[in-house]
Amino acid sequence: MNEKLNVILENAKLDISASNSLKELNEVKVKYQGKNGEVTKLMQGMRDIPKEDRPAFGKMVNDLRTAIDEVYAERETELKNAEIKLTFEKEEIDITLPSKKRETGTLHPLTLVKNELIDAFTSMGFEIFEGPEIEEDYYNFKMLNIPEDHPARDMQDTFYINDNILLRTQTSAGQVRVMLDKKPPIKILSPGKVYRSDDDASHSPMFHQMEGLVVDKNITLCDLKGTLDEFCKMMFGKDAKTRLRPSYFPFTEPSVEVDVSCSECHGKGCKLCKGTGWIEILGAGIVNKKVLEGCGIDSEEYSGYAFGLGIERIAILKYKIPDIRLFFENDVRFLKQFK
Amino acid sequence: MKLPLYWLNDYVDISDVSVEELKNKLFSCGFEVEEVIENGKDISGVVVGEVISCEAIPETHLHLCNVDCGKHGVFQICCGADNVKVGIKAPVALVGATVYATGKDHVTIEGVMTIKAGKLRGYDSFGMLCAGGEIGVTEEMYKGASYDGLLILDNSLNNGDDIKPIVGLDEVIFDIGVTANRPDCQSILGLAREVSAVLNRPLKMPDLTYEVANFTTEDKLSVEVLAPDLCPRYVAGYVGDIKLGESPKWMQKRLNSVGIRAINNVVDVTNFVLTEIGQPMHSFDYSRLEGNKLVIRRANDGEKITTLDDKEFELNSSNLLICDEVKGQCIAGIMGGKGSSIDDNTTEIVFESAMFKRDSIRKTSRTLGKRSDSSSRFEKGTDAYIAMLGMKRALSLISSLKIGKIASTVIDVNAVDLTPRVLNTKLSKINKVLGINVPSDIACDILNRLNFKTEIVGDNVTSEIPPYRDDVEDYPDLSEEIIRIYGYDHIENTLLKDASITVGGLNKEQKDLQKAKNYLVSQGFNEAVTYSFVSEKEYDVFGLDKNSDEYKFIRLLNPLGEDLSVMRTAVVPSLTRVIATNLNKKNLSGRLFEFAKTYNPKALPLTELPVENEVLALGMFGDEDFFTIKGVVEGLFETLGATFKADFVKCERSFMHPTRSAEIVMGNRSIGYIGELNPQVGEKMGIDKRVYVGEIKYGVISKMLNRKLIFKPFAKYPSVERDLALVMDKKVTNGETIKIIKKNADKSLVSVELFDVYEGNQVLEGKKSMAYHLTFSHLERSLTLEEVDKTVAKILEGLKKAGIELR
Repeated sequence: MNEKLNVILENAKLDISASNSLKELNEVKVKYQGKNGEVTKLMQGMRDIPKEDRPAFGKMVNDLRTAIDEVYAERETELKNAEIKLTFEKEEIDITLPSKKRETGTLHPLTLVKNELIDAFTSMGFEIFEGPEIEEDYYNFKMLNIPEDHPARDMQDTFYINDNILLRTQTSAGQVRVMLDKKPPIKILSPGKVYRSDDDASHSPMFHQMEGLVVDKNITLCDLKGTLDEFCKMMFGKDAKTRLRPSYFPFTEPSVEVDVSCSECHGKGCKLCKGTGWIEILGAGIVNKKVLEGCGIDSEEYSGYAFGLGIERIAILKYKIPDIRLFFENDVRFLKQFK
Repeated sequence: MKLPLYWLNDYVDISDVSVEELKNKLFSCGFEVEEVIENGKDISGVVVGEVISCEAIPETHLHLCNVDCGKHGVFQICCGADNVKVGIKAPVALVGATVYATGKDHVTIEGVMTIKAGKLRGYDSFGMLCAGGEIGVTEEMYKGASYDGLLILDNSLNNGDDIKPIVGLDEVIFDIGVTANRPDCQSILGLAREVSAVLNRPLKMPDLTYEVANFTTEDKLSVEVLAPDLCPRYVAGYVGDIKLGESPKWMQKRLNSVGIRAINNVVDVTNFVLTEIGQPMHSFDYSRLEGNKLVIRRANDGEKITTLDDKEFELNSSNLLICDEVKGQCIAGIMGGKGSSIDDNTTEIVFESAMFKRDSIRKTSRTLGKRSDSSSRFEKGTDAYIAMLGMKRALSLISSLKIGKIASTVIDVNAVDLTPRVLNTKLSKINKVLGINVPSDIACDILNRLNFKTEIVGDNVTSEIPPYRDDVEDYPDLSEEIIRIYGYDHIENTLLKDASITVGGLNKEQKDLQKAKNYLVSQGFNEAVTYSFVSEKEYDVFGLDKNSDEYKFIRLLNPLGEDLSVMRTAVVPSLTRVIATNLNKKNLSGRLFEFAKTYNPKALPLTELPVENEVLALGMFGDEDFFTIKGVVEGLFETLGATFKADFVKCERSFMHPTRSAEIVMGNRSIGYIGELNPQVGEKMGIDKRVYVGEIKYGVISKMLNRKLIFKPFAKYPSVERDLALVMDKKVTNGETIKIIKKNADKSLVSVELFDVYEGNQVLEGKKSMAYHLTFSHLERSLTLEEVDKTVAKILEGLKKAGIELR
């Protein structure tokens, strides 16, 4: 009897290992364990076994069944693995094919710079004020200590609409509106479009400026330098240094030109900074007391500083843009680069 | 302003100061050296050489020479010049030297070349003996330099010495940027004063003394100023027995250095004074002045004058004219008249040294379209002090050149108070501007170096302002004077240490705008920036009604050209132009947006500032359609939290596709439009593709973006869904259908969604089918099917009345 069982087991093992698919394996299972399977038949033969031998026989058959199941399960895992492997191979894709992402757009580089500037200064407590682009001579010139005969008017070729109305040549025009409207402390940032009749590779008749103005008690040149130094570090990196040198603007006294250490050569001198190690980035100064007084602010009690920078200039430095006209041509190959 | 350093050295000793150091010092005190011009910058490696042997090379014009170049050695050099011979000294360009490559004439410079060792007719040659032209030396610089052969040098020179200082090729000229507040530095003397202060070295004033004759200017003429407002000071001086001729070489050289051509000694003297002192001068031929009087007055309207360059000008009463007793002889500060100009026969002159108001000169110069060295100097501003200084200097030069007999007096008609201005202020005020404490003695020393006669006692500052410093008015000016010499590196970094704390940041509208931009970027749009001024012709292309608001342009008086002549009233034309340009460059797809202002006058011509309206313009080209741009706009309103309801209705704009565009309305007010550009407009702009554009009145909607986020409960009970396939006339829109459905339903209808549109054989001609998915629910309980059936029946009834049937 024992021998017979062994033969069945050996045959089953052979059949199982010979089956090459889950379907064939199932057929083997039916052959041995199905309704008419060989193992099933053995169980059915139980009644022919003497009663006292039945428990032992039953155990032997069960052991046989378990043994076959084990072999079967092992083969089933093998076959399943092989099959899924095949499926995976069939489903293989080229993962380097282009993605289906929706192409996102871009902000204009001038907006990117403007946003950075706004972030830097709003974190220092500045608010944003935007004045009109079509402005009165009064705000753009007269109240900024640039009377009609002043040579500074020639510094900025102005687009006029009539004798009194013009396209603002500087965001400083907004300064006056703020000072007439608000009482100190004033801390504002005024970005926007300005216009001058100039058109070449480094000048555009329309460009963008950002004006900063602080009016409070005890504002000094040291405060101006501190603020701009902090700003330059935010904009050009922690090791950026700033330098002040004398300049002239009618609405500030003293007036300074602010240079930042060249980000390219870190002050050693290169083509970008024309060998000087410094790059001019903005004009600034202590608000001229005549301007304060004109706006009804007591210059004995209050003082202030103002600065103005060209957004194009910063963008040109930051992104190494060779020609200012690229900003306004809006070639999508240009715009798409600023992701 | 051109500053030759050898000229500067006449007034401040800078002989031991390097070019670099001087440049840095000037820069630190506010005078940027924009260019350093070196006349010998192209020439290097050229030394004095002595020809010690010289043999003709047979059958050539060449000589084979040995040349002693001192410490550099003795070199064999082939030379083709006809004046080469033993014993002469000439410039030798050593191997590796740079000299000018000249044309056949040995004068015209064609480039810079480097000397290499070479062979001529089989003979080795190590260098080149040079002509004047080859090293850029002219006859004025070194006698004999113009000879077409070797430049023969003085025999006493040392062999091997660098040639540059010997022939005057070591001149350095600074081109200095002078700021508009410092017209006093538009002169060599003015800059010398600054250099003297910044180097703390004494200033040597130019010679102002002269020998006088035994007559006075008053003997010869009188001066009457009828317009002292335009001419605050007029100084006139008579010189007789003028010996007209060439000015001396040193004077010609100085004028050449600053780009002025020498003409004759009298004219050269006036130009010299203009450069040195900064005072424009004029000289009249005394014999050609009618009467014995100069009258300075406003011109009569229509009065004519012919200037010395033979041009006739018609003047008006805003022009200042210098006249004799009969007529105008000089347009003040601009150019002299032909009638009284100096010529070869001139023997007596009257010098004019005046202060004319800068705005008057500027206006006249602009209106006449006439500029001169004098007018541009006057436009920058001169002062009463240099009017006299200039006259004295001119007379001193005449005296030293011995070319005339100088009257013992000058006539000075002066309306300016010449009493020195004294500023009394506090050192503490000065320091408060700076934020640092400049030591009292240093502050005092700096001001005195700058010629401000200053005393500081305790906190009290008394400072006499130099007569040429009209720009200095109050203590902030003094603080600038002090710090620019003391050094800006003394300024410390403080972050508003004594100021109030303020809360900064963006306001809601500014934040919304950033949000809107970021949303559009997420939708694949690229931000564009276009000019605010446009050409009116672009609007003609759009076929807009000439009476429409779009044509109420604000015009520039002085545009750069017709293309940029009116302030735009719409942004879509600009963006469409950008699309056309991109397509033209074969950029075949793109999405663009721009936030910009349109400029709408309240009335024309402009009497008050116009309204500047913020608009959002959209443009899409490539594989796009109407519904995409519509979706973008809907998404934008949603993102921004719009509190208004926008409807899309038929758009009637001439430049839009009549059946594929929509006006966006809020109630019955338009807030913009979107859709396909009318292809006829596109064609005129060279666009052969479908493009989609839109403009939204952002300024209007930005006030309605206050949606409050408050939780709304949603139904806990299952909803009931119904699908309705409807048949209607083709003309009936989805919008109309949904409106009818909603109108006839009760509150239980929570959503209506279109899920299919069909036109074709399955429905009758002229009809279409639209299928809707309706969802019904109730907040507090389950809806019964009967309730829903009742609502649906009501909806269908309503639809039927409008001719819409269940399919």
